[in-house]
Amino acid sequence: MIRTILAAALAGLMIPLNAGAQPLRLELDQGVIEPLPFAAPAFVAETPDAGQIAQSITQVVIADLAGTGLFREIPPSAHISPVTSFDAPVSFADWKAINAQALVTGAVGVLADGRISVKFRLYDVFSESQLGDGLQFAGTPADWRRIAHKVADQVYARITGEGGYFDSRVVYVSESGPKDQRLKRLAIMDYDGANVQYLTDASSIVIAPRFSPTGDRILYTSFETGFPRIKLMDLATLSSRALAELSGNMTFAPRFSPDGGTVVFSLEQNGNTDIYAMQLSTGQTRQLTNAPSIETAPSYSPDGRFIVFESDRSGTQQLYVMPAEGGEATRISFGEGRYGTPVWSPRGDLIAFTKQHAGRFHIGVMRTDGSEERLLTASFLDEGPTWAPNGRVIMFTRETPGATGGAQLYSVDITGRNLRRVATEGSASDPAWSPLLP
Amino acid sequence: MKLLPSFLIVVGAVALAACNNPDRYGAGGAGAGAGAGGPGAGITAGVLGDPNDPNSVAYFNQRIGDRVHFAVDQSTLSPEAQQILIRQAMWLNQHPNYTAIIEGHADEQGTREYNLALGARRASAVQQFLIAQGVAPNRLQTVSYGKERPLAVCSDEACYAQNRRAVTVIGAGAGV
Repeated sequence: MIRTILAAALAGLMIPLNAGAQPLRLELDQGVIEPLPFAAPAFVAETPDAGQIAQSITQVVIADLAGTGLFREIPPSAHISPVTSFDAPVSFADWKAINAQALVTGAVGVLADGRISVKFRLYDVFSESQLGDGLQFAGTPADWRRIAHKVADQVYARITGEGGYFDSRVVYVSESGPKDQRLKRLAIMDYDGANVQYLTDASSIVIAPRFSPTGDRILYTSFETGFPRIKLMDLATLSSRALAELSGNMTFAPRFSPDGGTVVFSLEQNGNTDIYAMQLSTGQTRQLTNAPSIETAPSYSPDGRFIVFESDRSGTQQLYVMPAEGGEATRISFGEGRYGTPVWSPRGDLIAFTKQHAGRFHIGVMRTDGSEERLLTASFLDEGPTWAPNGRVIMFTRETPGATGGAQLYSVDITGRNLRRVATEGSASDPAWSPLLP
Repeated sequence: MKLLPSFLIVVGAVALAACNNPDRYGAGGAGAGAGAGGPGAGITAGVLGDPNDPNSVAYFNQRIGDRVHFAVDQSTLSPEAQQILIRQAMWLNQHPNYTAIIEGHADEQGTREYNLALGARRASAVQQFLIAQGVAPNRLQTVSYGKERPLAVCSDEACYAQNRRAVTVIGAGAGV
């Protein structure tokens, strides 16, 4: 029986998990080597017109789960008994026989008001029990992908005990044209590359968009005036404005504070770049660093108390942590090479960065005190990590060399596994992952 | 946001050598002029002139040399660069009606934001040198393109060396 029915479209869906024993559990911190086999037979169409959308939703749920590298789908061709009714008893023996440890069943129907209803249940096959409650989502047909992502997020969360990340978006820079005249425009898409929407035209260079903590605004740097300047865009209206008129040549590298009220950024004056913070409500600006070196790429800790940034005050680019209001900074990177673009994990436990060493670029992570550095990737040019909302996956830019080289988006697990390209139309760079959507 | 048809963007790129607009790379040129307090609006055609004419912009660009180059991750001016800049300053001092925007660039071996800051350092080094040579500060502006606008597109040192540059782009002055 479905115990929770949420008719309101996609509103605040967090159902407390059963606190009891959960034998089906993937412990991500223990390093998952073998993907967990699961079956997700096509969701049942409960109204005659729901067949196609039920198929599509099933495919997205499977792609989300399999795309993590943590789960392996057992294809329908191997299924023994079809699932033709959402409420019929599950033949656990048939799923055990093909070693499906998890079973996701679902049903899709079109409601009288035109919205779609999507129900699902998750089963722990070997303990022959349901894992968490069945859930029902309702939304407009146009939201079918988001609903599918929400189903997959629930499955992921129940099995791993971690938050999901599939119902999220990525803002990035779409690139076209030759390398010496590259055209750049802001674009936004679902985390898996679907539903691309362009936010600016290609008339001026744009770089490094960043989401607000609520996902409804973005900061980015634009050459629209001829000089790099930070702009703030409202995603609902696509209207944008300059962040502020500040003296100096260039403002760039902006990021929101966790409460969304402050923007930390770099300001260049007379060739020197330092870090500043601006309160959005008042425009009041405060200088946080004051050094003749380059201080840039600031990123807040999720509790808002600290800022990690890069500086070449030691002679090469390295990572430093300082209090959010400025003050003494502590260097945290000590390995060989140069470190840049630090980004604090949403879980607060790690800092992702770009490392350059011996002619190669790497994406890596370290603890916030700089210990336990791990390099996750290596290539001619990897840069600019951004965190999935659950702090388990990193997306970044990978560029290939030469005149025909181009940039693409890639993602990788924080264990260094499951490196994969993120599908985009054409070249893409500077991804920024949104928070989990509401 | 300034929206221009794409053919104008192409024109802007093709015309850049002849263009006095500070934003040589985009169609946002009018904004560039306004933001800079520099030359007029829109994509304007400037007269390059004959490189044999010492009063021409073409002479400045080709005979004096409009650019200097930098070592990896550096913004110090080499003796060769200083020689070029001394001559740039002389020309600018002799042609007070012209303003200039100094563009700083970096090669692709660096992260995007750091390279923006590095390009600014390079442009500023040139600006400070020209000011020390007597060019009025209010005639010189700087802009960094970081690694966004490489000149040479191969991925080895032969190209990187050309891309680590600061270019003095002569703009129209009050009398032009």
